[in-house]
Amino acid sequence: MSRSSPGRRPRTRAAVSMLAAVTMLAAVAGAASPLAAAPAIAAPAAPLAPADKPWSAIGRPATATEIRAWDIDVRPDFKGLPPGSGSVEQGQEVWEAKCASCHGTFGESNEVFAPIAGGTSAEDMRTGRVSAFVKGGVPQRTTLMKLSQISTLWDYIRRAMPWNAPKSLTVDEVYAVTAYILNLGDIVPADFVLSERNIAEVQARLPNRDGMVRFDGLWSVRGKPDVQGDACMRDCPVSAEVRSALPEFARNAHGNLAGQNRLIGPVRGADTTQPALREPPAPGALGAAAAAAAPASDGAATPSVGAATASAAAAAASAATAAPGAKAPADLARESGCLACHAVAGRMVGPAFRDVAARYAGQADAAERLARRVREGSQGTWGSVPMPPNPGVAESDLGVIMKWVLDRAP
Amino acid sequence: MNASVRMPGRLRKAPENALSAEQLAQARRARRAFMGKALAMGAGAAATGAAAAGRGAAGAGAAGAAGAAGGRTGRASAAAATQPREARGVPGPGEDAILKLPEHTTGLGQPVAARGYGVPSKWEGNLQRRESPGLTRVSAASVSFTPLQGLFGIITPNGLHFERHHQGWWDIDPSRHRLMINGLVREARVFTMDDLMRLPSVSRIHFIECGANSGMEWANVAVPTVQYTHGMLSCCEFTGVLLSTLLDLCGVDRAAGRYVLAEGADGSSMTRTVSMERALDDVIVAWGMNGEMLRPENGYPLRLVVPGVQGVSWVKYLRRIEVGDQPYYTKDEVLHYVDLMPDGRHRQFTSIQEVKSVITTPSGGQVLLDRGYYNVTGLAWSGRGRIKDVDVSFDGGRNWRRARLEGPVLPKALTRFNIDWVRDGSPAILQSRAVDETGQVQPAMNRLRAVRGTRSIYHNNAIQSWRVADTGEVFNVQV
Repeated sequence: MSRSSPGRRPRTRAAVSMLAAVTMLAAVAGAASPLAAAPAIAAPAAPLAPADKPWSAIGRPATATEIRAWDIDVRPDFKGLPPGSGSVEQGQEVWEAKCASCHGTFGESNEVFAPIAGGTSAEDMRTGRVSAFVKGGVPQRTTLMKLSQISTLWDYIRRAMPWNAPKSLTVDEVYAVTAYILNLGDIVPADFVLSERNIAEVQARLPNRDGMVRFDGLWSVRGKPDVQGDACMRDCPVSAEVRSALPEFARNAHGNLAGQNRLIGPVRGADTTQPALREPPAPGALGAAAAAAAPASDGAATPSVGAATASAAAAAASAATAAPGAKAPADLARESGCLACHAVAGRMVGPAFRDVAARYAGQADAAERLARRVREGSQGTWGSVPMPPNPGVAESDLGVIMKWVLDRAP
Repeated sequence: MNASVRMPGRLRKAPENALSAEQLAQARRARRAFMGKALAMGAGAAATGAAAAGRGAAGAGAAGAAGAAGGRTGRASAAAATQPREARGVPGPGEDAILKLPEHTTGLGQPVAARGYGVPSKWEGNLQRRESPGLTRVSAASVSFTPLQGLFGIITPNGLHFERHHQGWWDIDPSRHRLMINGLVREARVFTMDDLMRLPSVSRIHFIECGANSGMEWANVAVPTVQYTHGMLSCCEFTGVLLSTLLDLCGVDRAAGRYVLAEGADGSSMTRTVSMERALDDVIVAWGMNGEMLRPENGYPLRLVVPGVQGVSWVKYLRRIEVGDQPYYTKDEVLHYVDLMPDGRHRQFTSIQEVKSVITTPSGGQVLLDRGYYNVTGLAWSGRGRIKDVDVSFDGGRNWRRARLEGPVLPKALTRFNIDWVRDGSPAILQSRAVDETGQVQPAMNRLRAVRGTRSIYHNNAIQSWRVADTGEVFNVQV
């Protein structure tokens, strides 16, 4: 069966099944041995219609249910948006339960994630341009300042949020949370109910709806670029004056660079735990110093930065003491997501485990109390950044991890 | 400063006879251990303590005692200025490294298959992919940078390939992974890995660069080494089936289908719009990376390869391709991967990674041990095609010389360049500048800022400057 051009997309499920059946029957009926009958693959004289390729039967049709399960994208014309609704008030409930811990009660966020609301005005809503961008001088760039398509926000919340439990919101909850965010930016009133029927009206009110521009030079491979360098080779008119360099206080901010370069070769890494060299290194001096940095044991790597060092060392230590066959607590902590925000030594998003161990040292019920906080979420003990609830950690794993954390005293 | 190449110096016999055998014996017995060890010239006896303690003192000591051995002061003659400072000879019969046969020369080593999957030497442990502290606050939505300062050629070893995740990475069971193709096709289909890996495959070498590579330096210097300035960059030989083969298999509507949506199976289900022009050209649905399957951190068992386009489009854990007639305006082309232009508007759908190059050694955070000859080396690449030329400057861009390109020079792949440099010890500012086959020339930072402003995040393809101080230490600077 040959097809002169790819068919139009079938409009009904029945048509899809029929078409699939007909195509497959035709392909099978084409020859007793499809490979023997197929033309040579190298350099066919004319492009083959798809059904004639010998690999055309590989794969299987997707069922409509499968397509519905995965086809979750929402286009700017709202194709793909499922029907549903949610009010600002309902959105606030969802927000406080599932979003505020990372994004802040008012969408102002914390030091961890970018702010959602702020920086837009009623005038921006009228013009479709965010004046803070036009005038400049405003360092923050919140989501609502940048958002040019409401479909994008709905699509993203549904597929990717909450961060540690994506795709757990219902369709109505996504509408509700979206409405809440819009209200945080005063784009809709407090009594607004967002649905697939009025979402296009919201699009017409977005402060940055006209703030985007396309540039073919960076979209197409052969597009005309907007920046061209200078191909001068001799006596070029440049000042070659140094106008920016890393400040001294940041010299060791990425860890000791001596440990980030190979031990042999034309160069060595600079020892950034010391100030910059005042004179060239003595012959052999750096060679010997680098040899001293050689790993003590097989497979041990020079760690990069403090937190990683301590965590790696802790992992190695606890691996030695874990029961045979059981997973090392440090591995459990990493797989449960604890190490996304905590390190053994050194504060990251949350306190260092070493500090937690020190604070609760000697308290008999500490493991149980902390386990509850991990499970339910907590805020205020160590600062304003909340720890989100972690319901997904198995009870037995949680016990092992709590014991390990409380053992991390220096 | 040399603008022209001096011929590398001839070997001069070290004047070890400047010190008599008696004096040498005396020096070795000297109370100040560093003196003896400095004169022993790195023979196996050179212990760590002396080197660490004596970095400054040994310098002075060696200069004093070994002054006749060649010296290292700035007032040395021009010819001597380009000679290595270290005296080439050794006192006595020779180095312990040669005369005392090491264990591996007098013993039996390990058997074959001691490690079923080999790993690098333990001595290479300093080369790791690393995070940049403070770049993001959570490691599951972050980046790890490739240590370009220590790599050779154009291929990035799989274990050092840079990572970028939004919701962490997984090691997915490949037998349960599926790829769905739907939208403007005759028939929506589902493929298992078994299915995909039966299809006609291609193997192509391509670079992948994050759109935000070098982005932290739009306004000023921010990080110390080439790992952090340019390390969201890797290059592999990818193996997979052309997306065009898959789309034709499903009966893509080439008339109505103008855009393709790629979607991932990770928590973020990352989506990006790819133009049909790209999709039908060289986009690959890939499972292979440098001869083996993709690593989990890089999308095992399936990812999209979109040559020349910013890394965010190279969707990992690829689960779905949809053919449509409009762009999809996904989060990573509406809220991120957009650049604020001087007029206050954001430029979006800027996919192409433009011509770019960087010197990888010598580079920031390294120390050159000596004067004399060096092979300066680096990488060049362009999302528009092949690299045509690379020029290198040693004086901050006033004068340039043509570098050698290592072959083969492939389109939308890294190209390795090398150039001779005889360092005389005076300060220098090293830069590289690439031109691609379309004639686009890599711009200086000032030129880029003049057009784009300083509020961009992505597409920083500016010329990189490394300042080599007279001490031999190298610093990241902007000129």
